[in-house]
Amino acid sequence: MKLIFEQSMPGRRGFKLPVSDVPVKFSLSSKYLRASAPALPEVSELDVVRHFTRLSQRNFSVDANFYPLGSCTMKYNPKFTEKAAGMAGFSDLHPLLPQLKGGEKYVQGALEVVYECERWLCEITGMKAYTMQPLAGAHGELTGIMLMAAYHKSKGNTKKKFVIIPDSAHGTNPASAAVAGYSIISVPSDKRGVMDLEKLKAVLTDEVAGLMMTCPDTHGVFNPQIDEIARLIHSVDGIMYYDGANLNAILGRARPGDLGFDVVHLNLHKTFATPHGGGGPGAGPVGVTSKLEQFLPVSRVIRRADGVFALNYDYPDSIGYIASFYGAFGVILRAYAYMLILGCEGLKQTADHAVLNANYLLHKLKPYYQVAFDRVCMHECLFSAAKQADSGVHAIDIAKFLIDRNIHPPTVYFPLTVKEAIMVEPTETESRDTLDAFVLVMAEAAALAKTSPELFKTFPAGMPVSRPDEVKAAREMNVNFFDRH
Amino acid sequence: MNPYIANTPQDVRLMLSAIGSQSIDELFVDIQPRHAPRSFDLPAGLSEYEVIRKLNTLSLKNMVGPIPFIGGGYYDHYVPAACQALISRGEFYTAYTPYQPECAQGTLQALFEFQSSICTLTGMDVSNASLYEGGTALYEAMMMAIRITGRYKVIIDSGVSPIYRKILKSYTHSLNIQFIETGVIHGQADRAAILALVDDKTAAVILQNPNFFGAVDDHSDISEKVHACGALVISSVYPISLGLLKTPAEMGVDIVIAEGQSLGLALNFGGPYLGILAARKKYIRQMPGRIVGETVDAQGRRCFVNTLQAREQHIRREKATSNVCTNVALCATQAAIFMALVGKEGLKDLAQLNLDKAEFLKEQLSAIKGVEVKCSSPTFNEFTVCLSKNADSVIEVMMKKGFAAGFPLGRYYKGMDNYLLIAVTEKRTKEELLAYSKAIQEVVAL
Repeated sequence: MKLIFEQSMPGRRGFKLPVSDVPVKFSLSSKYLRASAPALPEVSELDVVRHFTRLSQRNFSVDANFYPLGSCTMKYNPKFTEKAAGMAGFSDLHPLLPQLKGGEKYVQGALEVVYECERWLCEITGMKAYTMQPLAGAHGELTGIMLMAAYHKSKGNTKKKFVIIPDSAHGTNPASAAVAGYSIISVPSDKRGVMDLEKLKAVLTDEVAGLMMTCPDTHGVFNPQIDEIARLIHSVDGIMYYDGANLNAILGRARPGDLGFDVVHLNLHKTFATPHGGGGPGAGPVGVTSKLEQFLPVSRVIRRADGVFALNYDYPDSIGYIASFYGAFGVILRAYAYMLILGCEGLKQTADHAVLNANYLLHKLKPYYQVAFDRVCMHECLFSAAKQADSGVHAIDIAKFLIDRNIHPPTVYFPLTVKEAIMVEPTETESRDTLDAFVLVMAEAAALAKTSPELFKTFPAGMPVSRPDEVKAAREMNVNFFDRH
Repeated sequence: MNPYIANTPQDVRLMLSAIGSQSIDELFVDIQPRHAPRSFDLPAGLSEYEVIRKLNTLSLKNMVGPIPFIGGGYYDHYVPAACQALISRGEFYTAYTPYQPECAQGTLQALFEFQSSICTLTGMDVSNASLYEGGTALYEAMMMAIRITGRYKVIIDSGVSPIYRKILKSYTHSLNIQFIETGVIHGQADRAAILALVDDKTAAVILQNPNFFGAVDDHSDISEKVHACGALVISSVYPISLGLLKTPAEMGVDIVIAEGQSLGLALNFGGPYLGILAARKKYIRQMPGRIVGETVDAQGRRCFVNTLQAREQHIRREKATSNVCTNVALCATQAAIFMALVGKEGLKDLAQLNLDKAEFLKEQLSAIKGVEVKCSSPTFNEFTVCLSKNADSVIEVMMKKGFAAGFPLGRYYKGMDNYLLIAVTEKRTKEELLAYSKAIQEVVAL
């Protein structure tokens, strides 16, 4: 497909500006002006609409495809939340308005949304307080680790150097802890797929600042010894960090706060159904127990005794500003709308059906693919294509086969602990019919891997493009059209 | 049952029987009774209409009526309808990160076009596929400069957004980075102070154009001297102004960041927004975040992929250039659509219109006793005035007259309690500008 720049025709316009109604045509001194206009395209509105409509048609999406991408919780995004986000009283609101003197009175509705969303999340996760500011999961992680560091610093504890992270963790966990200045200790999983308790004990010293954990973890397993792990970490005054990527599995069944976690980040774009947007915007609010509350970023939304909502900056122990404003407000609003429509029962049903769907797939696919851990799973089930790989068909090849069948592939090669990993997260919003159809396609792939493994290298064959040459992309680094034009 | 779950009681029976379980509860066997929630006291669910009604009531508690003259880095520009219509396509907004390029060419090509548009706008060689927002993008740019130079001293001009500077301080608090702020002279960067501080320990000098006071500058002379010390120049820019203003590349800047909200995004009470980060090509391997690259498929057809992933957390884990994973792909797509719609000539005209309207208001205000327009530097669409009274009180009364009059600089700058920062976009009509002048004249005369 042509790039928009290749459709450019001098003189075309895609947008009508108002005619100037002021009797001024001001010229800045040429020393402040650019030498030539930016080479943006010159196209009509229809050119733009047709171009981007056609581009959109080259995407798989939850709206059009089953999208069982493990650990990403690609559930259906209810349409009414878009309607809420489009209300002018929210979308036209300037973020600096509440920073005018007494300015909170102009944004009471927006502050109430943020405040109420915090209250819901506190009750759902068993936390004392939240900051809604972090703008994605990884941003929440970094915020959480900064809170951990502030806690140790406030106690004058300069020994804390290490953060313990299981080998099954998302890559963002070690990256976030490292960005905040900590060294990483990786602890392996045992045969049941959970953190090896003896190995944890072996690395536990008073230099351990805390532990980051996803629970259930990326093996799709809820660690029944989680309370023991929390006890161990707390015994060296470490902080228990809960990566909320997989919260969907335990809504109403367990709360991180009750399990011994001190700090939590959530991905509103996973558990709370806000759209993933092709890779963001997300939101990664962070909750804490009373132990860490004093360190939360400013500003914080408070409800005064007279019922008025306000921003409070007066927290001397706060880690300060971690983002420009009050969070990805449009995302927070959608998540709040989703919680309101589901309510207490709806949230519990969400976990129940997410786990039911995953276990159903685990059992239906077991005859065809090696299971990583032969036990009941939570919201996602983990397979290995090791058997298929013996005949030359790898996890990536099976992924490409699925694309030809209009199914978005599961997460492959993650977690790193399982060879040829295929990680399937169906979510609660998919029907049994969809799951059955997926099983048939996966079974077909397994059969074809036995009879005609060589065919797989040609998949996908039915998409606008086949497999890209990634090496060429990395070598040539063509990342800007104008580099060569 | 809620409308987002398809399983019927019959489905549940069939599925449990396939699994070999008696109940859904059995599947939660690892969550033992001692793990049960101590509380899960939440309201019952509402209907869709009830939620919409509740949220609509809340939205009406916000004040969006007053005519806005507040900027501060976030501007009330018109968003073309086609922009919202296109990103509202489910194929864009319900997709995820393009891990499988064959079924994500839409997002990937849109991001490639975004990167290219940002490059031509800023004059830089390479752009990433977006970061969260302007302030956190500046933090990433600073860390990038530290990695490139291996130095730990950073000098920042106070004309850079005070919000951004607060963010940098929180992130560097526990790291071993020397962070020095320099003052502002006549509304512009204090060159003498900056150059006196730059040395062979300096990683970067951070500037902003136009700066927080609205002043337009040419930082070429600063860049030249900073480069002589082996340090980098980072500049924060306002994308719409680049329809006219000298590009950061032309000023010798090494890394550019911007808040991209003005490129077709609603104000949204602070987010989601769009972090832009672009740089010289030689620094590409130290860039954070996703980068989309062009390549060919097995049949030689052009296609796009996430490239240079060896920098990223999912490959490098604790050795990654940044912890960023999800960014704001949809906002970047929105900006790409906006830039395509406005186009080459349109952006220039849009910038000129902003400039002219602001200059017209400046003219009007200059004639008012008690309002001193600060004019030591040229400005783009935002400028500073010194009032004869406290800016907070003027804003308060102006609000009652139907104007969000501007931003009080005293909020972030000591000794500037009478200073007001006023932004004028293409949306303001001559009538509104005249009415604003009349209103502020009355208020300062009170």
